Amino acid sequence: MPLLDIRNLSVEFATRSGTFRAVDGVDLHVEEGEVLGIVGESGSGKSVTSLAVMGLIGHNGRIVADRMEFAGTDLRSLSPRQRRRLTGKDVAMVFQEPMSSLNPCFTVGFQIMETLKVHEGLDRAQRRRRAIELLDQVGIPDPESRLSAFPHQLSGGMSQRVMIAMAIACSPRLLIADEPTTALDVTIQKQILDLLVSLQRDRGMALVLITHDMGVVAETAHRVAVMYAGQVVETRPARALFEAPRHPYTGALLDALPERALGRRRLPTIPGVVPGIADRPPGCVFNPRCPKAQADCRMGPIPMFPDETGAARCLHPLRQVGGQAA
Amino acid sequence: MSATDDIEMMASPAKAAPPSPLRTFWWSFAENKGAVAGLLVIVVIAILAIFADWIAPHSPTEQFRDFRLLPPFWADGGTLRFPLGTDDIGRDILSRLIHGARLSMAIGLIVVTLALGMGIVLGLVAGFYRGWIDVAIMRLMDMMLALPSLLLAIVVVAILGPGLSNAMFAVSIVVLPHYARLTRAAVISELGKDYVVASRVSGAGTLRLMFSTILPNCMAPLIVQATLGFSTAILDAAALGFLGLGAQPPTPEWGTMLASAREFVTRAWWVVTFPGIAILVTVLAFNLMGDGLRDALDPKLKR
Amino acid sequence: MFKFIISRAALVIPTFLGITFLSFFLIRLVPGDPIEVRVGERGITPERLAMLREQLGLDQPLWVQFASYVGDILSGNFGTSLVTKNPVLLEFLELFPATVELSVCAILFAVILGLPAGVMAASRRGSFWDHTVMGVSLGGYSMPIFWWALLLILLFSVSLGWTPVSGRLSVMYYVEPVTGFMLIDTLLSDEPGAFRSAVHHLVLPSVVLGTIPLAVIARMTRSSMLEVLGEDYIRTARAKGLSAGRIVGLHALRNAMIPVVTVIGLQVGTLLGGAILTETIFSWPGIGKWLIESINRRDYPVLQGGVLLVATLVIVVNLIVDLLYGILNPRIRHGR
Repeated sequence: MPLLDIRNLSVEFATRSGTFRAVDGVDLHVEEGEVLGIVGESGSGKSVTSLAVMGLIGHNGRIVADRMEFAGTDLRSLSPRQRRRLTGKDVAMVFQEPMSSLNPCFTVGFQIMETLKVHEGLDRAQRRRRAIELLDQVGIPDPESRLSAFPHQLSGGMSQRVMIAMAIACSPRLLIADEPTTALDVTIQKQILDLLVSLQRDRGMALVLITHDMGVVAETAHRVAVMYAGQVVETRPARALFEAPRHPYTGALLDALPERALGRRRLPTIPGVVPGIADRPPGCVFNPRCPKAQADCRMGPIPMFPDETGAARCLHPLRQVGGQAA
Repeated sequence: MSATDDIEMMASPAKAAPPSPLRTFWWSFAENKGAVAGLLVIVVIAILAIFADWIAPHSPTEQFRDFRLLPPFWADGGTLRFPLGTDDIGRDILSRLIHGARLSMAIGLIVVTLALGMGIVLGLVAGFYRGWIDVAIMRLMDMMLALPSLLLAIVVVAILGPGLSNAMFAVSIVVLPHYARLTRAAVISELGKDYVVASRVSGAGTLRLMFSTILPNCMAPLIVQATLGFSTAILDAAALGFLGLGAQPPTPEWGTMLASAREFVTRAWWVVTFPGIAILVTVLAFNLMGDGLRDALDPKLKR
Repeated sequence: MFKFIISRAALVIPTFLGITFLSFFLIRLVPGDPIEVRVGERGITPERLAMLREQLGLDQPLWVQFASYVGDILSGNFGTSLVTKNPVLLEFLELFPATVELSVCAILFAVILGLPAGVMAASRRGSFWDHTVMGVSLGGYSMPIFWWALLLILLFSVSLGWTPVSGRLSVMYYVEPVTGFMLIDTLLSDEPGAFRSAVHHLVLPSVVLGTIPLAVIARMTRSSMLEVLGEDYIRTARAKGLSAGRIVGLHALRNAMIPVVTVIGLQVGTLLGGAILTETIFSWPGIGKWLIESINRRDYPVLQGGVLLVATLVIVVNLIVDLLYGILNPRIRHGR
């Protein structure tokens, strides 16, 4: 049984200009101890998917799913109280903007110990000791004195370490990291990624790494799901995906990696933008930007086609090794 | 929040031609029911004010000696001849209220115009030249803001002597710092923008730069403040009238009417009630409309 | 922390000097010679006028006069009332507790009702409760409080007879003024029922004076809460599995309070302005009524000294608010 099992998840938001479907029939599963990379451009619905799992969609959002289970518990039928017992303890999340994700009015120590207090019920001294341990584990020097620091006294990288310490405080079974390195300096990005991966390995927890950066996924993920315009368009083990992407969108994303474009004069790009609320195309959502699109791509919804290593939502998948268009 | 940003990006229609600014403005304004209601009330009051001579059943100062302290028509002893009753010397309250609307609208208009004019000039000068002149002007404004506004108005009237025009002048002085500050802040933020640099490079003179390049681009907050300024002006002028420092009897100014009605509070509730309702409704209408304008003009505060 | 306080306090000095300067010129702007103003319509011989001018230092250059004025003020001499011949400062201090008592009760009324109302409106945005709070507070914000006072008197004093119409204490009681605060003095005295009477006298004026601050605080709390509730750290708090009460009441409120405290502080000016009207209507023997009377009696030294004292008060209160702001907001405290 997978740790997290999602079937046909849709999330809709009521906006001024009508209902907007941010997530459209997504199937996802995460195994115990697995690292799943979710890749997609901004607006592909990857963040909304993770927020739905965390139960953090606001009142204006509506969640529909055929199945949404965490470790056998149906997330859809939880009372708010049961939900709170799960979030922050068994499922935890790290966000994109570490600087604004910490409450500016409270010390680092308070914010970490608060999680421990709510979920673990330790006494004051134990919480303090545990918080120091956690800060030490996420590589913050002089953790004891950092407890009394306010968020504005920390750098972005330090803040993200604190966020990670907070997230792993109750030893979650699943950690969702939503673009954890996007807002950081390039040199810090690598450190934070390494930290996440080593924590995942040491603790055996599952990690969902959400990113728009294929390079990040390549180094860390066991399995990858590529999202586009609210749909999962391709999913397979990382190695297989990088060796032989089947969906043209995945292929284009890989081609756009600087490492893969060596020797070419210009980095390839994908023309056009992700469709918005008003201009969602019929058929394959990627067809207006797809070099291989044909007449049948513009008709009817396209299902996922399973293959030897995974599945792709494409009628005319790429075949050639190396991601070059056939 | 990254998730909502994503939604934002996708929700904005990429292809449809954007509607004209005036139309988008009206859409977002009309969406606010309170603001539209405020606008309607203001239009009605304005019509009453303009056509007061024709609409009011009696002259505001005519004394019907045989009908003193007559209650409104629905109460015992009331008559439709004086729909809202009469005051202590037999003047028709409804007629006085209608003529009072004219005064209140005029007060609002004059006060806002005066304050806006002086405030814009001070703010432009401060924001444009910076340096010591900026410090001097803004320090003065800070000091004026340090005083309770009604106290400052009272002091000005105490110096100039009581009366409606002095009261209006006093209120203009009191609200002036708000406009000066707004203009200055807007000017400073606009000055750094490229279009101003471009205009300067192409040889626009200082005055032209001030009034025809920068000023139109910081009108939005000023319009909002001016609308809200109407309500402050009407309220403060009425307060001065109530204290005996504004319009003098027998002027049918609402605050002054309340002042002379005070002693009848135990005997004739209508003398006290109606002028107050008139002030409240007018001020409320301007506040509602001002809030609506702010929401419609300031995209940052939308939603 | 000490350094922070000192640096903020230093910023106030130029404002204070400016206000002093303004109040110095105030009396000079009054039409007519200060002496003629003082002697009124009785008339005066030119010789006596010259003598008086010399006595009062009016023949000196303006800056000398200003210097001596500042010197007077620094030594606590705010002038003498033309009517009562009492020092202005003495009269001010005598009446001050009455205004403070009224203002404190008014602001308490406003905060106790306005803060929860704003928080609840924000946390149930768009609900019936939200619309009610916003509607009522807009009404309160637009209220001519002198009329509001008359209405309340009409209802509670005239029709229902629950509250007295004016003053601070029923004439049945005599209470020795110890602190000047009637609530405390009546408790100290052995007159039974006096405290009740003082409370009765205080209720309507406090409600009237607190109405506009109440509306402002409720609206400000709501909008500040709404802004904070959309912040990333609130999402973090929810992701930690905290209860809604803890998120709103601790994580959001603590941040939302920062601008609200500023607004409450700024209400002190509004409050003193409103006190002028409220005290006049309820015959409340405080600073506001005293200032209005000084205008009616053309007692310019009282007006001049009183305005200066009130302005000083507002500046000091704003300074305290500024310091509180620093304590609430760690970013300011650490000088960033």
